[in-house]
Amino acid sequence: MNIYLDLFLTFARVGVMTFGGGYAMLPILQREVVDSKGWATEEELMDYYAIGQCTPGIIAVNTATFIGQKNKGIFGGIIATLGVVFPSLVILSALAGVIEAYSHIGWVQDAFGGVRICVCVLILNAVVKLYKKAVVDKATLAIFLVVALGSYFSSLSPVWFVLAAAAAGIILHTLGGKQK
Amino acid sequence: MMLYLKLFLSFFKVGLFSIGGGMATVPFLYELSDATGWFTHNDLANMIAVSESTPGPIGANMATYVGFVTGAAQGGTPAALLGAVCATLGLVSPAIIIILIVAKLLKSFRENRYVNDAFYGLRPASTGLIAAAGLSVAMTNLFSPEVFPLLGINWKGILLAAVLWLLTNKVKKTKSLHPILFIGASALVGVLFGMG
Repeated sequence: MNIYLDLFLTFARVGVMTFGGGYAMLPILQREVVDSKGWATEEELMDYYAIGQCTPGIIAVNTATFIGQKNKGIFGGIIATLGVVFPSLVILSALAGVIEAYSHIGWVQDAFGGVRICVCVLILNAVVKLYKKAVVDKATLAIFLVVALGSYFSSLSPVWFVLAAAAAGIILHTLGGKQK
Repeated sequence: MMLYLKLFLSFFKVGLFSIGGGMATVPFLYELSDATGWFTHNDLANMIAVSESTPGPIGANMATYVGFVTGAAQGGTPAALLGAVCATLGLVSPAIIIILIVAKLLKSFRENRYVNDAFYGLRPASTGLIAAAGLSVAMTNLFSPEVFPLLGINWKGILLAAVLWLLTNKVKKTKSLHPILFIGASALVGVLFGMG
């Protein structure tokens, strides 16, 4: 099979099986990319995944770009990425139309009323999980609180908080002279 | 035409600044909702639930959904599909560019002092942004004097939230179950107890 087609289809398969976010995709990547195709070693995959988590963008896409470019350069990176988002495009486009058409019905609104409560809890759980990794000392606690309260009570764009926090990280470490 | 370019650029910004997984896109989508009026905060909470319950990375699902709905408002299925494609390509473009650069300097990137220091500040900030977005969702759905008669508090919602929190954190048998099961159960509870 053509290598580009193979990249596209393999990552489309990874996309379909990634159910509930990038964190769910690691075992699937191990099976498809390391064991079945041999496109990366176990160690390389862990590296890509770690960098994917802390670079801008969604983790699944970052990891796909890495593996694609490693094997077939820039074009390979782009093809793998298009593969990983292809199922989302098809499935969500089909669903969005259906949901919009039925969203005015009473019981559908009731269902979403319940679902939105669940979303609150899911976001809370995600925050707690991230908090444990991100807030490691007083300085990171302060950044967390300032950003959370600042973003909630002001209409300032999240972009500014992200830029200021990156600068704060560098300044704090440079002034404090301490390394984590 | 302008709408599609705007969708692409808006999601390019979301992709560029959201760090650490699909949920990190949520605060930026709230900003997008306020800035454009393309969708309401309640629409957005619904989209999060649908994106969590369908195959595919959450961020890509959200972009497709928002793009589709925004395009559909302009007219017809072709406009909706084009909107979905523009938003999703916008979301992944910065990631592709950044990763292609990082891949070239892989080792030095991971060991670079300034990169590590910046991420020391970025991780708690990203967490704080998601917390603020979560608080907004909670406030609209749990406390709203116009919607809920008794003291403006959604008592049924608070009870459901407490049960869900216990099931996803404290009960050994249920806490590692997939989120889609909790979303499905919540939809059922919503219908049975008229939570709309």
